[in-house]
Amino acid sequence: MTVNHTISVLVTNEVGVLSRIVDLFSGRGYNIESLTAAPALDNIYSRVTIVTAGDDDVIEQICKQLNRLIPVIKVANISVGEAIEYEIGLIKVAVSDTNRAEFLNIIAQANAKIMDVSDKVYTVKIDGTQKDVQTFTELVRQYGIKEFVRSGKIAITKNNQFSNFKKTNQN
Amino acid sequence: MNKIMYSGAEILLKSLVKEGVKEIFGYPGGVVLPLYDALYLQNDIKHYLVRHEQAAVHAAEGYARATGCAGVAVVTSGPGACNTITGLANAYYDGTPLVLITGQVNSKLIGGDAFQEADIVGITRSCCKHNYLVKDVKDLARIIKEAFYIASTGKKGPVVVDIPVDIFNAKYEFNYPKNVKLAGYNPNYKGHPLQIQKALNTLFESKRPVIISGGGVVASNAHKELKELAVKLHIPVVHTLMGSGTYPDDLETSLGMMGMHGKYCANLAVSNADVIFAIGTRFSDRITGSLKHFARDAQVIHIDIDPCSISKNVKASIPIVGDVKNVLSAMLQELAKSHHKINTELKDKWFAEISQWKKKTAVIQKNSGKLSAITVLTTIYEYTKKDEPIITTEVGQHQMWCAQNFKFNKPRKLITSGGLGTMGFGFPASMGACVAEKGKYVINIAGDGSIQMNIQELMTCIDYKFKVINCIINNGYLGMVRQWQEKIYNKHYSQTKISSPDFVTLAESYGALGIRVQKEEQIIPALKQAIEFDGPVLIDFICDSFEMVYPWVLAGEPIDKVLLSREEG
Repeated sequence: MTVNHTISVLVTNEVGVLSRIVDLFSGRGYNIESLTAAPALDNIYSRVTIVTAGDDDVIEQICKQLNRLIPVIKVANISVGEAIEYEIGLIKVAVSDTNRAEFLNIIAQANAKIMDVSDKVYTVKIDGTQKDVQTFTELVRQYGIKEFVRSGKIAITKNNQFSNFKKTNQN
Repeated sequence: MNKIMYSGAEILLKSLVKEGVKEIFGYPGGVVLPLYDALYLQNDIKHYLVRHEQAAVHAAEGYARATGCAGVAVVTSGPGACNTITGLANAYYDGTPLVLITGQVNSKLIGGDAFQEADIVGITRSCCKHNYLVKDVKDLARIIKEAFYIASTGKKGPVVVDIPVDIFNAKYEFNYPKNVKLAGYNPNYKGHPLQIQKALNTLFESKRPVIISGGGVVASNAHKELKELAVKLHIPVVHTLMGSGTYPDDLETSLGMMGMHGKYCANLAVSNADVIFAIGTRFSDRITGSLKHFARDAQVIHIDIDPCSISKNVKASIPIVGDVKNVLSAMLQELAKSHHKINTELKDKWFAEISQWKKKTAVIQKNSGKLSAITVLTTIYEYTKKDEPIITTEVGQHQMWCAQNFKFNKPRKLITSGGLGTMGFGFPASMGACVAEKGKYVINIAGDGSIQMNIQELMTCIDYKFKVINCIINNGYLGMVRQWQEKIYNKHYSQTKISSPDFVTLAESYGALGIRVQKEEQIIPALKQAIEFDGPVLIDFICDSFEMVYPWVLAGEPIDKVLLSREEG
């Protein structure tokens, strides 16, 4: 069954490493739903979080293929265990005098935050799971979304285990 | 104390010497001038000047596959580097260790569309195991060390090192690192002991086991262990194209090559097995045929150094990630300790069944009166087998006829393009094999189509007196494609009739020996003359145009659906 998986990849922070990952996905016909990359705690590493879809065999191949890349240090399919997942949406919404009160009410209820207010346009931030961002976006769509920017997903496991897919001993 | 300073070019050459490199293949150009100048001033490394950069990489691959050591090629930036792509892809597919040095424009000009600039690290990313752009001369020795380490460990493959001209000129001291530290690269050599035990137990209990021996057995030099284990466990062995020679074809328990053009008995044995013991193979579609039907009732034990190969196409019930030689040795040790008695009676029943299949072979084809390619190849094999020459091939019908009709009793004797199927591979690869063989003749089995893809290398062979005997199966067609057109595309021979120059006078114009063979009785005299000639030879065998390769399993069909003759439909 094809389901979304979040794969967390620890890589050495070097030129071209992101291209290697992206090339692997496009070259082998895997899908990238979202991708985020940023330096890890230690600057010599980077963390890449990829949301991808596939059945178990495909996801297993993706993890193995990622491991085959030389700069890849660790690969973890963290959607298998319990994980905290997070993404951010930044939305510019057109608001008029007539619906301002209603709009502000939605903002408060959804735990979104107003980042900027200008003439007729509110810029708000919503964060949470992919579903939270999705739901909020649908709610404010009626007012007229002028611009919508969304981060990819980042995720971390809840307990202190990190990896369920180590570089070696993949028996 | 003042340290001695060397140019990047000198550091590169010293690093190659440290890696034991004595021979390299290459082609000069603008940005590698400093390197070629340093080459000029030394005597440790011999450079072979080819006539096309693609040939340099194929030659390095031929050398690597003949010796087991990493081959090395050097080319210039831009067009030079772009010409190597096919060679890289070929080596990547077939797991051949090689290091390709590409020149790059001055690092300050990169990205500015300089003359002969190409983003070679970007271009080669998906057709090599790893690649580097050297940005600081201080990193050069370490990168070369890493390149050789990555190329020749794990699943072997090509590594590209792109070096800008200013790095070749920059000065630094030479300290060759002793060790490689790569956090993200730790190939797993030892198989898991429990998995090994499980594999042995499964093989003990099997009634109809078969071993599939692949290219990994060659890469790991594990043919002795394979033979010992197969004999002790009383298991028949089939091999893939890349596994040719890993199990002696002369042995009764060898069922020969399996797959699309494999032997009937090999395909039937695999299809009817209850346990398939796959060693160092990636289950290419050319051996599995229809995956849905492949080994329906079999448990699959799969050893491979590359975890990606396991359960990619065929689900393994007992996966063992590890080096083939290492794992097979561990299995032999366990076997020696075990008190299990092999049930030979059961296995003999299986062998009896197989011997029935052995009787079914491809039907000999009637032809127009022109030479039969199969006759030519069997004659070449019989006449030259005492010398055990390395055989290289191009890609097509001749390649399959060669794999079917030559017996390979040792590994590294057949050098052929397996995964990528590169026409034009064989001739340059034979040059690399010549360098490895140091004077012994090498036979390149070619087609009239394939030989024209890198024919320019005749001149390289003249320069270095490479004794390459090119046996051209000249049937006037791109035969393999024609064969498919005959069977599947209503005999629409679209663009497959191909003309050739007069190969005899062509050879002579290069200073090579050219011989035309049109009759059976001319084959052996031609070979005799070719072997005696001190240099490259083209033998133009004028063959029947419509001979087909059988056995044949049509693409996507189950591998036990074997066609043995044209008449079979």
